[in-house]
Amino acid sequence: MNSLSLRTQQQGIRRTLWWLLLMLCGSVAFTVALVPLYDVFCELTGINGKGVNSAQVLQSTGIDQQRNVEVQMVTRTAAGMNWHFSATLSHKAVHPGEIHQMWFRMQNLGRTTGRARAVPSISPAEASNYFLKLECFCFNDQQLAAGEVLEVPVVFQIRSDLPEDLHRLTLAYTLYPQTGP
Amino acid sequence: MTGAWLNRILHAVLWISVVFFSHPLLAKNLYGNSSLNLPVGVTHMSREVYSLHMIIFWICVVIAVVVFGVMFWSLVRYRKSKGARAAHFHENTWVELLWTAIPLIILVLMAIPATATLQKIYDTSEAEMDVMITGHQWRWHYEYLGQDVSFFSNLSTPPEQISGAEQKGENYLLEVDQPLVLPVDTKVRLLLTSNDVIHSWWVPQLAVKKDAIPGFVNENWTKIDEPGIYRGQCTELCGRLHGFMPITVKAVSKEDYQLWLSEQKQQAAEKAAGNEREWTLADLMTQGESVYNTYCAACHMVNGQGIPPAFPALAGSLVASTAEGRATHIERVLYGKSGTAMAAFGSTLSAADIAAVITYERNAFGNNTGDIIQPAEIKKQLKPTE
Amino acid sequence: MTSNSYSSATEHAHEPQLRGLKRWLLTTNHKEIGTLYLIFSLTMFFIGGTMALVIRAELFQPGLQLVQPEFFNQMTTMHGLIMVFGAVMPAFVGLANWMVPLQIGAPDMALPRLNNFSFWLLPLAFSLLLSSLFMEGGGPNFGWTFYAPLSTTYAPPSTNFFILSIHLAGISSILGAINIIATILNMRTPAMKLMDMPLFVWTWLITAFLLLAVMPVLAGVVTMMLLDINFGTSFFNAAGGGDPVLFQHLFWFFGHPEVYIMILPAFGIASMIVPAFARKRLFGYRSMVYATASIAILSFVVWAHHMFTVGLPLAAQLFFMYATMLIAVPTGVKVFNWVATLFHGSISFEVPMLFTLAFIVQFTIGGLSGVMLAIVPADYQYHDTYFVVAHFHYVLVPGAVFAIIAGVYYWLPKWTGYYPDETLGRWHFWLSVIGVNLTFFPMHFSGLAGMPRRIPDYALQFADFNLLSSLGGFLFGLSQLLLVWVVVRCVRGGKPAPDNPWEGAEGLEWTVPSPAPLHTFSTPPEFIPERDSPSRA
Repeated sequence: MNSLSLRTQQQGIRRTLWWLLLMLCGSVAFTVALVPLYDVFCELTGINGKGVNSAQVLQSTGIDQQRNVEVQMVTRTAAGMNWHFSATLSHKAVHPGEIHQMWFRMQNLGRTTGRARAVPSISPAEASNYFLKLECFCFNDQQLAAGEVLEVPVVFQIRSDLPEDLHRLTLAYTLYPQTGP
Repeated sequence: MTGAWLNRILHAVLWISVVFFSHPLLAKNLYGNSSLNLPVGVTHMSREVYSLHMIIFWICVVIAVVVFGVMFWSLVRYRKSKGARAAHFHENTWVELLWTAIPLIILVLMAIPATATLQKIYDTSEAEMDVMITGHQWRWHYEYLGQDVSFFSNLSTPPEQISGAEQKGENYLLEVDQPLVLPVDTKVRLLLTSNDVIHSWWVPQLAVKKDAIPGFVNENWTKIDEPGIYRGQCTELCGRLHGFMPITVKAVSKEDYQLWLSEQKQQAAEKAAGNEREWTLADLMTQGESVYNTYCAACHMVNGQGIPPAFPALAGSLVASTAEGRATHIERVLYGKSGTAMAAFGSTLSAADIAAVITYERNAFGNNTGDIIQPAEIKKQLKPTE
Repeated sequence: MTSNSYSSATEHAHEPQLRGLKRWLLTTNHKEIGTLYLIFSLTMFFIGGTMALVIRAELFQPGLQLVQPEFFNQMTTMHGLIMVFGAVMPAFVGLANWMVPLQIGAPDMALPRLNNFSFWLLPLAFSLLLSSLFMEGGGPNFGWTFYAPLSTTYAPPSTNFFILSIHLAGISSILGAINIIATILNMRTPAMKLMDMPLFVWTWLITAFLLLAVMPVLAGVVTMMLLDINFGTSFFNAAGGGDPVLFQHLFWFFGHPEVYIMILPAFGIASMIVPAFARKRLFGYRSMVYATASIAILSFVVWAHHMFTVGLPLAAQLFFMYATMLIAVPTGVKVFNWVATLFHGSISFEVPMLFTLAFIVQFTIGGLSGVMLAIVPADYQYHDTYFVVAHFHYVLVPGAVFAIIAGVYYWLPKWTGYYPDETLGRWHFWLSVIGVNLTFFPMHFSGLAGMPRRIPDYALQFADFNLLSSLGGFLFGLSQLLLVWVVVRCVRGGKPAPDNPWEGAEGLEWTVPSPAPLHTFSTPPEFIPERDSPSRA
């Protein structure tokens, strides 16, 4: 091999390196994008049952009086949460399309002011796309002084195109303590 | 000792030969409750999963026999030592297309029943009752939604059996103090979540395995056909005692279930009575020790020394042995500690049990604070104002 | 052969030879770096193996005898991490370093100094990882899959070191992959077209692209863990609005291609050895290449089959089930091609061939149990039990590890100039085959009977199978000492090997002297593609 073909080879290696670096940057960028992509994907498909964490727009698709769907409330407090947290109603029968309001009550049983956030989960996860929250206390942190009581609402609508085989939804809220800013 | 091992080896070899030479169903008949294969189970779904498993298993066996058959035949037939001369072919489009197409067809045949079964598993509609299952490090908590019945289910195998000081019992590591009681012929919806890390709830006889994920609720269902006791385990690594949080499901007739429910409520009422009265230090210490050994000793150890840094010691700790720590101590037991294995017990243990265990912790392990915590104080702290 | 210097490799030849430690520390020679990789991998194989024996000793009978549960968890975690990132992957990189330049007629790797750097990152990464065992709270104890939040909120303080060591190992892999791709694409001897390349080179080229695509994802995952642990973010923490399941999606998006990273080069090795000892051209060269590429592509769309129990919607479960089953097709093509190569060959059974045949049989067993695991409803029963442990050990131990050992026996004469001892090799083979099957075959049954994985103690009905597995584990582990003995003896002497020690072996690596001199192919060699080769026409 002469020096000319050697030079061609070195150029080839350099060119390959640039391509590979570009590919590497591509996979790094893809990795960085995976988290927001996952969030968008979850919001679109309801894959993880979290639903959307901001107010949604009412759907005026009419009320399906023929169907009854039971909405079940489950409240939980996470470890370290010295609050009492309960739903006023444990379950409610609704017609898809109707707008409903449910009340939750929380009280700080501790000796100091605390802050908490309710993390929602809807089961079955497929239903979360049909469960529209027009207003929810879970959109924001709640702050309560020692002994303070707070009653908070969730205003929701179940879309009337809810799949036929769903008869019961469970809406679970877990109250997690929040520290930091 | 060697004799016992030898015996077990022989036994296992025998079992393995059985699976090779006979249908597993036959093996099951021969050996009673065979533990060589998946259990057939006691629900419609578990039987369907079992037959799916067997179909695929036999398809795989047939594929293996054919492929290995051709391979070993070639190895024997075309030995160089027997003078075999190599042929020169090295491709054949038709053959290659054929052995791409045939596996595809087999796979489609496998996918059809699998899809059908999966669709049934996903149909949770028309469940007659709901049970909320919460995984804790390292015990399960069951709550019968709408029934006001809930309890922890702890491993009940004594530590002496684990350490080998005592003979191991028949249901070693698969027994609990309080099983999940379910009625037969009833579609039960199981909601799963976790208090800390991810756990997974599995009972092979029901063919139900689902992860319990903190902050999220998963669901599954079961409809048990036969009364009986069905055992399972946590199947997702969840820390130190992952191997020690079994599941026991006790399926009973619908009437017995109603009976059990009312018993539970009555017991709760009796417990509540215990919350009302004044306790002596001695009573609190006795009750406290038993609660401590069930709920606390796994992490904080029987001697209160813990396993720092993950599980702090209680002996001589600021929280458990000083007057300033008293209020924090009560709060920790009631509400747990965020981001640690320390769970909240306020909503699941009775006020009397909590009072007893705190009293015990403040007076055992050389803590000797002399503090007595009465159930009334716990009740007052837990009660929201109207 | 002309003497004009044209590459960095030949320039080195004129430099004074460094001696001792410095020589190994600073070497840029692909053969020396390959040797370093192989020695490192063997060391890690024994460290990880010792941990496996701790596990098997504890599981010898029910009850807690030797270790406490927390130490047991550290052992299962470290065993997995070390075997995957420290033993199997570096072994393949070592073989690539040695053989890829020799097989394509190149004087060295494209980037020799980078090559040195990517190797020396590994000892650093793994000393860090191993040192975490001695830190307060112990080493990583959350399984090699390190699911959050067990590995974040609930992890021991040493986790930051674990993250750092994964980063270092990941950078090493990425740099190694870049080097291998640059070498293969640019430094082949001029007559060698892509479709003339030996399959070991082909499978490594595809593997290197996989590495480049998914190692950044692993780096991303551990970085997010680092942020969650130390900087209060909530990627995986439900309390702050995160999602623990996101961790699993990300991890397995890396993790599934990763398992193919550990098996594709093994396919390459088998595809070299089977034709050599069947004295017959590989059947379906083209379909082998296409099958490897399809497996690599499919590996990006099957990750959630590791997560069938996390509660994905039905549509997602079905998609991942079908995609996973589809992988059986190209994998089957490979196995059929090997069998077709054997068919009507002229077969002899030297040690490399024995290990390769065992690889084919046992990998196929692992592949078939993989098809069973793909069936979602059945997977609900298999998931996270010893059935899964049996499955992936069949694919990785008598799969990947046997292929590596086969490759070592196959190329040892080239490396040392002597044949490995045939008798000892046969002993090593038979003890390994018996040991490996005694260890992992009973695990299918303990899994079906209901034994979850990663538990230090178990119910009595699993006792018989665990006893067998433990006996087999010790047999397999101890018989690997024979490998060390064979290699050491082979380095020291033995029956001298000619340039081509195997009657039926083809390829450029056999045209250089045995042992291969430090610098080879300073001039690109003549190359006759196999299709035109008189011996295999």
